[in-house]
Amino acid sequence: MNRTQPLVLGIESSCDETGVGIVRGTALLSNTVSSSMDEHVRFGGVIPEIASRAHLDAFVPTLQEALAEAEVTLDDVDAIAVTSGPGLAGALMVGVCAAKALAVATGKPLYAINHLVAHVGVGLLQPDDGGPRPFTGSLPGNELPENLGALLVSGGHTEILRIRSITDDVELLGSTIDDAAGEAYDKVARLLGLGYPGGPAIDRLARTGNAKAIRFPRGLTQPKYMGTADEPGPHRYDWSFSGLKTAVARCVEQFEARGEDVPVADIAAAFQEAVVDVITSKAVLACRENGITELLLGGGVAANSRLRQLTEQRCSSAGIRLTVPPLELCTDNGAMVAALGAQLVMAGIDPSGIGFAPDSSMPVTTVSA
Amino acid sequence: MLILAIDTSAVASAALVSDDAPEGVLASFSTEDTRSHAEVLAPGIDALLADAGVTGADIDAIVTGVGPGPFTGLRSGIATARTLSYVWGKPLYGLMSLDAMALEVAESTSAVPEFLVATDARRKEVYWARYSLADGQLPRLVDGPHVGFAANLPDLPAYGAGAGIYEDVLRADPDFSSEQPDALFLGQFALARLAAGEQLLDSTPLYLRESDAQVPGPRKRAL
Ligand SMILES: [Zn+2]
Repeated sequence: MNRTQPLVLGIESSCDETGVGIVRGTALLSNTVSSSMDEHVRFGGVIPEIASRAHLDAFVPTLQEALAEAEVTLDDVDAIAVTSGPGLAGALMVGVCAAKALAVATGKPLYAINHLVAHVGVGLLQPDDGGPRPFTGSLPGNELPENLGALLVSGGHTEILRIRSITDDVELLGSTIDDAAGEAYDKVARLLGLGYPGGPAIDRLARTGNAKAIRFPRGLTQPKYMGTADEPGPHRYDWSFSGLKTAVARCVEQFEARGEDVPVADIAAAFQEAVVDVITSKAVLACRENGITELLLGGGVAANSRLRQLTEQRCSSAGIRLTVPPLELCTDNGAMVAALGAQLVMAGIDPSGIGFAPDSSMPVTTVSA
Repeated sequence: MLILAIDTSAVASAALVSDDAPEGVLASFSTEDTRSHAEVLAPGIDALLADAGVTGADIDAIVTGVGPGPFTGLRSGIATARTLSYVWGKPLYGLMSLDAMALEVAESTSAVPEFLVATDARRKEVYWARYSLADGQLPRLVDGPHVGFAANLPDLPAYGAGAGIYEDVLRADPDFSSEQPDALFLGQFALARLAAGEQLLDSTPLYLRESDAQVPGPRKRAL
């Protein structure tokens, strides 16, 4: 196996995107994604069984397209990587079975990797144009900085990680204890009649609303949860969005009960401010108290204009350098899986074999199975 | 003709069947349980090929059971079969999974001219189909596959684990009361039908049930 510039094919199927990406070392060759998002619109959220059915039908065409775009064949590939968790159990199963079959049919080594850590891996990618120029949004020098953290915000997860080594030392500093941030956006968008996915709809409308018109609660910010830096409370760096969703519902009901028009734009703006405020303040706090000086923002909600703005602002006041990869690399995709796979190959880590089971609640401390 | 057959509609199973081999079977494996397909299927196929000294290049076609069966397990086999077919560049066929057990029944001493095959569909239901069998012929699918309550099935001898579970309301054959569809019989059935010039299915899964998703109703307004 080529361990210096390995050609790695990555497969992602943990939620509603079927992704196949191909990298050579840290160079991105192709990133093909087939999404079943349109099929979930009428339900107002991702339906696991529908996503799983779509993965089954999308996998081979997505693989074919990724190989064609990268202008490589399966013979050229040094290793295969697949998301084995965390994610939706039935959805993970499709990608894992397909990846194992690929490994059996080609005899190539297979790495079962952690989806959350893969979100960090994209920060190391650069375009494949021969030059060393990183993406705007690659980590400086395409290397893992000393004091790296990652803030991941999506429809499936909300986490702050500390990365000492991307191949074997990742720590979860905080996460949501109930809904993911993107899920809260979807639920509130439905309450406000704004459709699915909720993130872009609320982001757009919020620009025309007054975020200060209403104040929604910031979950887990009371002293009993926060504690102090020396004696941290039980949820110092954790988030909770289910109370916020209930508060929005109550607010809408109150306007309706009074027979008043619901100020949808103001509610959208105030909700967005509550989400973004609590995410960024806790993330920056976690960075400061853990000596993190470089932060990578990932996950689909990285597309949110207000989240980017406030994260940039608060990071810069705290002296933290922020990296935001290109959006198509922030959302779930196969290139991130390939990117982490390549790091594992280059670090000399052994492949996982073909006997592992997907793990829908795989902890970040397990970078590869 | 050498066929790699895969079925994960209930247990995980795979077989190499060939019209050149004695008894038609080179090698086969199947698991006992119905919930570990993702772990055991690929290693099972890998070992099957290695033990038989067969590579992808030697295989003429891949056949997969297309259900009905519990969704996640069923997809494991189809995803595996589709990927192998793509990488090896070999044709892929589908066969209704209950057909495998119909052939097993036909080859047994308890065969009768009209019968049902039933497997566990969970949620107190069974997947079932009705077959007829003429002397010296392959079993013929007459009705199904369907999913439903055992109590509503036609009054005929019933074979398979689905019949075993509901032996109080079905005429379950005791010799078959824990039998599951197996790739061994699926592959043999496919071989026989291809030899007879019959068409097989493609690999589209027969889910029979919609996903459980409910379109949310309009939110109730506070009055
Ligand atoms: Zn993700």
